[in-house]
Amino acid sequence: MEKYLNKYLKETGKHHYVPFENPRLVVKDRTTLLEKQRGNDKIVDSIETAVKLSGLESGMTISFHHHFRSGDRIVNMVLDVLERMGFKDLRLASSSLSSVHSPVIDHIKSGLITRIETSGLRGDLAEAVSHGIMENPVIFRSHGSRANAIAEGKLKIDVAFLGAPSCDPFGNANGYTRDGVGKSMCGSMGYARIDAQYAKYVIVITDNIVSYPNVPFGISQRYVNNIVVVDSIGDPDKIMSGATRFTKKPQDLLIAQRAAHVIVNSPYFYNGFSVQTGSGGASLAVIRFLAEDMRKNNIKASFALGGITGQIVELYEEGLIKKILDVQSFDLTAANSLKNNHLHQQIDADYYADPYKKGTAANMLDVVVLSALEVDVDFNVNVLTGSDGVIMGAIGGHPDTAAGSALSIIVCPLLRGRIPSILKRVNTIVTPGSTVDVVVTDQGIAVNPTREDLIKCLTENHIPLVDIEDLQKKAESIVGRPEKLPFGNKVVGEVTYRDGSIIDVIRNIEE
Amino acid sequence: MNGNKPLKLRRTMLFCPGNNPGMMSNAYIYGADSIMFDLEDSVSMKEKDSARNLVYQALKTIDYSPCELVVRVNSLSSEYGKADIEAMVAGRVDVIRLPKTECAQDIKDTEAEITKAEKKYNIPLGSTKMMAAIEGALGIVNAYEIATASKRLVAIALGAEDYCANIKTTRSPEGSELFLARATIVVAARAAGIDCIDTVYSDIYNEEQLIKEAQAIKQLGFDGKSVINPRQIEPIHKVFTPTQKEIDKALKIKKALEDAEKRGSGVVSLNGKMVDKPVMLRALRCIEMAKASGAYFEEKEE
Amino acid sequence: MNLQQTGIAGTLESGDVMIEVAPSVKGISIDLESTVKTQFGKYIEKVVLQTCKEFNLENVDVKLQDKGALDCTIKARMITAIQRAGGGKYEWK
Repeated sequence: MEKYLNKYLKETGKHHYVPFENPRLVVKDRTTLLEKQRGNDKIVDSIETAVKLSGLESGMTISFHHHFRSGDRIVNMVLDVLERMGFKDLRLASSSLSSVHSPVIDHIKSGLITRIETSGLRGDLAEAVSHGIMENPVIFRSHGSRANAIAEGKLKIDVAFLGAPSCDPFGNANGYTRDGVGKSMCGSMGYARIDAQYAKYVIVITDNIVSYPNVPFGISQRYVNNIVVVDSIGDPDKIMSGATRFTKKPQDLLIAQRAAHVIVNSPYFYNGFSVQTGSGGASLAVIRFLAEDMRKNNIKASFALGGITGQIVELYEEGLIKKILDVQSFDLTAANSLKNNHLHQQIDADYYADPYKKGTAANMLDVVVLSALEVDVDFNVNVLTGSDGVIMGAIGGHPDTAAGSALSIIVCPLLRGRIPSILKRVNTIVTPGSTVDVVVTDQGIAVNPTREDLIKCLTENHIPLVDIEDLQKKAESIVGRPEKLPFGNKVVGEVTYRDGSIIDVIRNIEE
Repeated sequence: MNGNKPLKLRRTMLFCPGNNPGMMSNAYIYGADSIMFDLEDSVSMKEKDSARNLVYQALKTIDYSPCELVVRVNSLSSEYGKADIEAMVAGRVDVIRLPKTECAQDIKDTEAEITKAEKKYNIPLGSTKMMAAIEGALGIVNAYEIATASKRLVAIALGAEDYCANIKTTRSPEGSELFLARATIVVAARAAGIDCIDTVYSDIYNEEQLIKEAQAIKQLGFDGKSVINPRQIEPIHKVFTPTQKEIDKALKIKKALEDAEKRGSGVVSLNGKMVDKPVMLRALRCIEMAKASGAYFEEKEE
Repeated sequence: MNLQQTGIAGTLESGDVMIEVAPSVKGISIDLESTVKTQFGKYIEKVVLQTCKEFNLENVDVKLQDKGALDCTIKARMITAIQRAGGGKYEWK
């Protein structure tokens, strides 16, 4: 054998195996699995240590996910450390930010954060940005746009700080735990996965180390550089409530029922249809009315997509929805279902809404039901700024699903108190009217004139339709014409479309 | 066959407190046949003036069509009644609803105030209609005289809570304590040629029981029911919607009627049998109800 | 015409407005707090002034806490507040 081996080696010039040349590969680690986990050096003692190891420098980009919603502690915790360590001029690229992130205002004032990229802003931080505290405009992206930007290298993340409800010593992280109880739960980690995959350095922050292997995993160990264990990654009650309740507001129920009626009488209500609804209010309640028709007609959905709530899970468990594609879980029922139900799958933001890839889930939707702050007579939708011009929302997957679906339905009341939802022109265009098919309000249903197919089949089914201009006029006749808002001349927000191009800008509001 | 009063559906009357501007501003979106703004029991005494002003301004400003607008005023025996009636007539309300009606005189006294107000504000006399709520034993005894006390009356209604207290019993799910009151009101209304409306069902989350009650009172002959929450409207409309079988039969009768009119004959026959006038009226009403509830759409003639 | 005392009407519920009118010696002053002040403040002030005119009220301090009330509600609350302050009778039309 050796004769042939030597001959072969001489012929090919390939390297001969030398015992112990590479001790790491042959010297056995005789310790047990338990001991191996304890001895692993991915876990470091503090965020500061992890940051030092990451090579983060001033001027770089850091990222976070928003699966902890208003219960998040990660962003504020990390920024405090970075502030102490003396960093400056960082770009904060969180998948979204909420009202709990108002401390970011101080970090902007100190110069730690000079750029922000996010899906949305709320609360004090949003107001401060609207009043112009930042030098550089905030860049607003849809979920699909952010995923695409990260994957294509248009948004390069230097260090990703990803909170996780459970993580094993090698970095397999999950939005729930299978070992014991764990302190909190968030379900899907769809937005975090994309950061984990493409960021240069990934630090997982957890309050619950579990044993290897933490499978099935939301984030794979191969992407994780360091793990930091903290007391608490977030407020469990604010991360997730027990169960989302259907709205009881008669106005919302009325709108939801009308929207369901439109879906049932469209060509997109058939056995095997796919659907995404909103996570609350009328846009969620639609599924309740739709389910009645599904039962009556023995129609099942092939999948439900999106932000997933307990209501969707119940229909899945009843057998009305075959599979669930979950990019964000909204309540404990959904998170538990992700954990336990075989066909409730976690998908990342890229799979969810990348504009270009074949098979992107958002492009496979028959129906999407979305809410809106404002809609104008060209069917453009605003989900970012309020009637006072101040930033107060998030783009989310709105433009992605509106464009990707065969039928997009916007549900909103004609008026919210004295604030009209249907206007001549929205304050901020987020989703272009060409992708919006139907607007369902409590005082009339309008179909985009380009959808002659829908106008025909809805009219044939005796669903009364109105012109969107008439809706706008009606709103104005009831509340009056709103004054022009006191916008200044500074651009505080860049609103990008799915491909990163700028669809609108947000100006500052004078106080 | 012509010259009958136009059919006004009163399947549901949505109760709306007169001191709640938020609710009043969009009460019309829910599709109730009538909306009743209340100045009486749901408004505290301190706020009677407030409510009157709110309802008046709302009547003058907001477009509630196609709902019929009803206001329940305070009774004339209170210090608010007169001012209520004057304001509501000036506000051009469709119907003034009188609470706790006991006898024909109550109607006549109210009518006098309405007429006075119509004259004062140059409103065509008789255009303001009336509705009488019977909420006690005496009112039931006098039901027919109440129902015929004025040409303005379009309906009489039952107020069960006060009625039960008045006859010294409690309300039950089966409603046996209301049987006489309900039957009397239906009979009186029909004898007078006006509508009859049943009392509210207050457990807004118990849709099953609401539907049972609506079916029972429909069978008794009621035209509709008062509702206190928009979610009660659709289930009740469903109960009052004719079935497809009933609609098909009614359409056949209508066709037979049209054929007879074309022939110039006064005798309407279907399948060899003569169709009596009441049957014809019922069929036409069935078609009207079917149209209003969206169960039937008149196809255009080719 | 001048008011005899303070008059208050309305609530802080959504869609409503709480109005307080008080006698004054120096013309009509309007203190407006509103959830929609930027967008509809002009309309609200117009209704207030118009109602004062209808009561021949030239000296009054008006304080409003508005939660998105429609003009007809503001008018109704103004009338009630003025009447409660002894401002006289409102003529129905």
